[in-house]
Amino acid sequence: MSALPKRIVKETERLMAEPVPGISAVPHEDNLRYFDVMIHGPSQSPYESGVFKLELFLPDDYPMTPPKIRFLTKIYHPNIDKLGRICLDVLKSNWSPALQIRTILLSIQALLGAPNPDDPLANDVAQRWKEDEQAAIQTAREWTRQYAMA
Amino acid sequence: MDSDDEFMSGLSSQDEDFGGVEESDDGSLGDEFDEDNPDVGFSQDKDIKPGKKAYEVDFKAFSPEDIQSHQDKQIDEVSAILGQSSEATAILLRHLRWNKERLIEAYMERPDSVLETAGLGPESAQAPTTKVVKGFTCEICYDDIPGLETYALKCGHRYCVDCYRQYLAQKIKDEGEAARIQCPTNGCHRIVDAKSLDLLVAAELKSRYQVLLTRTYVDDKENLKWCPAPNCEYAVECGVKKRDLGKIVPTVACACKHRFCFGCTLSDHQPAPCLPVKQWLKKCEDDSETANWISANTKECPKCSSTIEKNGGCNHMTCRKCKHEFCWMCMGLWSEHGTSWYNCNRFEERSGLDGRDAQAKSRQSLERYLHYYNRYANHEQSAKLDKDLYNKTERKMTGLQLTSGMSWIEVQFLDTASQALQTCRQTLKWTYAFAYYLQRNNMTEIFEDNQKDLEMAVENLSEMFEKPTAELAALKVDMMDKTSYCNKRRVILLDYTAQKLKTGEWKFNVDIAMGA
Repeated sequence: MSALPKRIVKETERLMAEPVPGISAVPHEDNLRYFDVMIHGPSQSPYESGVFKLELFLPDDYPMTPPKIRFLTKIYHPNIDKLGRICLDVLKSNWSPALQIRTILLSIQALLGAPNPDDPLANDVAQRWKEDEQAAIQTAREWTRQYAMA
Repeated sequence: MDSDDEFMSGLSSQDEDFGGVEESDDGSLGDEFDEDNPDVGFSQDKDIKPGKKAYEVDFKAFSPEDIQSHQDKQIDEVSAILGQSSEATAILLRHLRWNKERLIEAYMERPDSVLETAGLGPESAQAPTTKVVKGFTCEICYDDIPGLETYALKCGHRYCVDCYRQYLAQKIKDEGEAARIQCPTNGCHRIVDAKSLDLLVAAELKSRYQVLLTRTYVDDKENLKWCPAPNCEYAVECGVKKRDLGKIVPTVACACKHRFCFGCTLSDHQPAPCLPVKQWLKKCEDDSETANWISANTKECPKCSSTIEKNGGCNHMTCRKCKHEFCWMCMGLWSEHGTSWYNCNRFEERSGLDGRDAQAKSRQSLERYLHYYNRYANHEQSAKLDKDLYNKTERKMTGLQLTSGMSWIEVQFLDTASQALQTCRQTLKWTYAFAYYLQRNNMTEIFEDNQKDLEMAVENLSEMFEKPTAELAALKVDMMDKTSYCNKRRVILLDYTAQKLKTGEWKFNVDIAMGA
């Protein structure tokens, strides 16, 4: 494997030295482009006190292309589908090479705090979110309890 | 003569403004049709006087060079009015999707905010250059070696030249973007202008960038569309708007001879409007073969209408889905059969009648569909066969020239006939899709008569085509007559249908207006 670009080295160092509260990202020893990520559900949200596992991979042309990120923990959210894929503009068309792993993870945490059923990825969830928000939030809470609390 | 002038002036003003053309359209239409009626019998008249029929629309095909020069012309024009550089003007025009009037108006009112939203900001005149900045760290690659060449747009977000270059290459090569590439900084909407791009990227990317820019021009303009034919680089201009598609079927012909619908870019589907065509194609894709088989081999459960195939056993059927028990022969309740288990002679019972009724209805709707579909498919198939036949004939044509001493020009009637067959069959094909969605009234009878006439003429001509080559020479006059008759019948059919479509006199059993 070719040498790790300076950008990735620096970013990793900074993630370790000054971690973001409620978020951790640790690279695998055998593949420094592959990170195990944990995000704490934001308070005041149905995901509160849940700990969600994600995987993050930095492709070869990172940071020209966005990192690939996926939820590993099951989650009930209109913008996250059954396979854990995330619908977030900064991960797709609005990606900028000046963004970082840190900023992306913060955006994902923010997405947990503010679901957007008008731009859905999981259609059934979004439908329910719009029709009966209370019930949808209840389900999200149950899923959090069931899957995101050790 | 008057109407001709109007027609021509309509064409020339096309570049600028379509509102006017539409009006002159309607105006000239009325007269023209009245004038045309008396001399329907003489096809030569059509060649002398290009009268516009109700089904025809104005259009024009443009080569890539034309498109480029159009762009340049508009940029020059607007740049002179706004007093902006041509780079900036190009960005502004692209930002407002080439709506000149809106741009000029908005710019006159509040120039700063227009510049700002287009990603330009206050302009400074100096040419862009790369710079070495002391103590600089690139935010993308974190490189901080001294002497690093860097670049920033007017927004001041500075990155090293290498990263900038990679970023632009990524956008142009992999994402196919051109007109709306923004500064790499997250949330900064400053557009990378052509001059900066020139400075930073390699030559081969520049040409790709130009191609993409031209493409966005056509994509952005509502009155321009790429010709969908494979490898064709032309674009066609036509003034028909999306909202008019329920009233008109805008068939246009590219310089490459491909005829397509400007509304949906499918191949010519006159006389049927775009929306029914879309539904029809979907329906055919989903249904036709399956429907054929279902119709031939199955019946429906009289209670839940599940489709059932009887693959053996007695007439006592139990529906898997709803557990309804019925008799396969009379479709009546099994319980009413009493003890006559294995044969059914009960045709009078109510339940059986009802069951057969409901089934008859659904069969009927299926049969109705198949009626139209078979004819539609038949014309499609025949058009292909006609073409094959023509290819064979063409070879024989060469032989005919040698043996009978006819010249090349003298055997061209076969080519004309073949083309007529193709276009007429294309039209006929779609008349069936059209008819499928049409509600019956007394106009549908006229339509069907027109359809019948055209169909007969086409079949006649097609039959002549199949004659041995030796006989073709003798049939020449006859074939030419039939060819022009076919063309004439096609014009009549299309004209009638298009007129009624324009006035909204057809009633459809589906929605034909495009959504807003």
